[in-house]
Amino acid sequence: MKQLTRYLSLYAALWKTSVTREMSFKGNFILWIVVELLWFGLQLCFVSVLYSQTKTIGTWTPWEYVLLIGASNFIQQLYQAFFLTNCTNLSELVRTGKMDFLLLLPVNTRFLVSLRVVDLGGFVNALFAVCVMVFAAGKLHLHPTVGQLTGFAALCGVGILLHYSLMFILATVCFWTVRAQGIVWGYYQLFNIARMPDEAFRGAFKAVFTFALPVLLVSNVPVRVLADKITAPSAWLLLLGIGAVWAVISEMFWRYSVRRYTSASS
Amino acid sequence: MRARGKFSFMLYAPLENGEKEPRRARMKKYLHVINIGLQNNLQYRFNYLTRTLFSFIPLFAMLSLWRTIYRDNGQTGAHNGYTEAQMIFYYLMVAIVDVMTAVNEDDWQIAADIREGNISQFLLKPVDYLWYRLSLFFSGRLAFISMAAIPLAIFIFCFRQYFIPPPDAFTFGIFLVSLVFTALLQFFISFAMAMLAFWLLEITTFIFILFAFEYLASGHLFPLDVLPPLMKQILFCTPFPYQLYFSISIYMGKTSGAALWLGLVTQILWVIVAYIFARFMWRRGVKKYSAFGG
Repeated sequence: MKQLTRYLSLYAALWKTSVTREMSFKGNFILWIVVELLWFGLQLCFVSVLYSQTKTIGTWTPWEYVLLIGASNFIQQLYQAFFLTNCTNLSELVRTGKMDFLLLLPVNTRFLVSLRVVDLGGFVNALFAVCVMVFAAGKLHLHPTVGQLTGFAALCGVGILLHYSLMFILATVCFWTVRAQGIVWGYYQLFNIARMPDEAFRGAFKAVFTFALPVLLVSNVPVRVLADKITAPSAWLLLLGIGAVWAVISEMFWRYSVRRYTSASS
Repeated sequence: MRARGKFSFMLYAPLENGEKEPRRARMKKYLHVINIGLQNNLQYRFNYLTRTLFSFIPLFAMLSLWRTIYRDNGQTGAHNGYTEAQMIFYYLMVAIVDVMTAVNEDDWQIAADIREGNISQFLLKPVDYLWYRLSLFFSGRLAFISMAAIPLAIFIFCFRQYFIPPPDAFTFGIFLVSLVFTALLQFFISFAMAMLAFWLLEITTFIFILFAFEYLASGHLFPLDVLPPLMKQILFCTPFPYQLYFSISIYMGKTSGAALWLGLVTQILWVIVAYIFARFMWRRGVKKYSAFGG
């Protein structure tokens, strides 16, 4: 318990420095929000183009697809707010030798490395995503129960942690290659799949991105829960299960990598 | 990495005032830049390869999405004029044209050159910065093509049932010509954009905003023919469709006859406008630069 409060107060301090940093470049902060909004709008445009060609994709109707885009953007933005900058910066920490300093601090290093910087713009954009989801839910005449909403929120949380586990593994590769930014940005491409309806895929591609790298589950499953489209409880059990497995692997890989870390500077 | 490129110019003695540089020497200078750029870029071949391989995942996803749509609705192709094969092939062409003509890091590098003061040397030497960057852009594309060609060819081979040959050799020739202008247009627009670095410290956001518009309006996300006619006409008043869509539409025989010639002339005009604009921005920027730099 004491540990928990200590870490919470540490995290509060990290937040404070992040806020200060962001607010010293206000113009840039706002422009980044504009950029993200534009890309969000772009995806919504794409949905309207797709549905000008067809009435449904699998069983997905237009507003369900919008709900999916909203949810995946929500997950991606929160992920970006908490983890993305930190994951891409890890290789920089190793390259410049700053990692030595972090390892010496009397705090869990993974905690520090993963949560050092908070990207506040992500929260603002997540809010826009919520607005879009609410609007789409209204169009679908959805009346989600408290259970559904809790399930949705919890599964989104699992999705964020899953993205984090996977990307952190890739970022940790920098202990070997030093420059891992390319790999991390490569993973970013997978977010493109996460916002597509699962029924558009079949065969080996679907199997890989459902069971091995379950990006197809990350936003599809929560939306299915919300929109009464869940076919079997196996879907969210699968997401939970695979999420847990990747979290464990990610932690083991991290410990293994830190053990063989030799400073870059000396 | 760029330090080497920098020193190579020391080999050329600065010209006396008023002395006209012979054309051949000028060409040779930039050929030299291309050569050095090629060597520098090939150091990143692993990076290029992974980038190409990763880009196949969303591409494949996009193809699956359209295949599902076409499979579920018999009428899909009827009102947009694209058969399933044409739609799939369109996205394959986007990948090909992109590898050959897209600007990927040039704008960032130009902005960094300005911010860090690396351009000072170009103001003193008989090297024109715009041609210098264009040469580097060219060598960057060559290096990228050499790394991406094989994986891309394998990927297309897997989709060979959708492959569509060009209507005839002449059309293919025009397609290649328009490809050159596409690349030039991409480059000049990016160059002009990067000039903002003279006035602003951080221009990444502006590059991304422009990129968002390009992504939609150049036909990256979907062929522009699926848009309502009015929207398409509006988009064709901007340079964006000439940055990608136009070349592909020539290859696929969607633009032919008088429309083809008109389109090509328009594309060339946009290239000229973008070039003049890039020059203008550079001149204004340098004025501002020297104002506080020295």
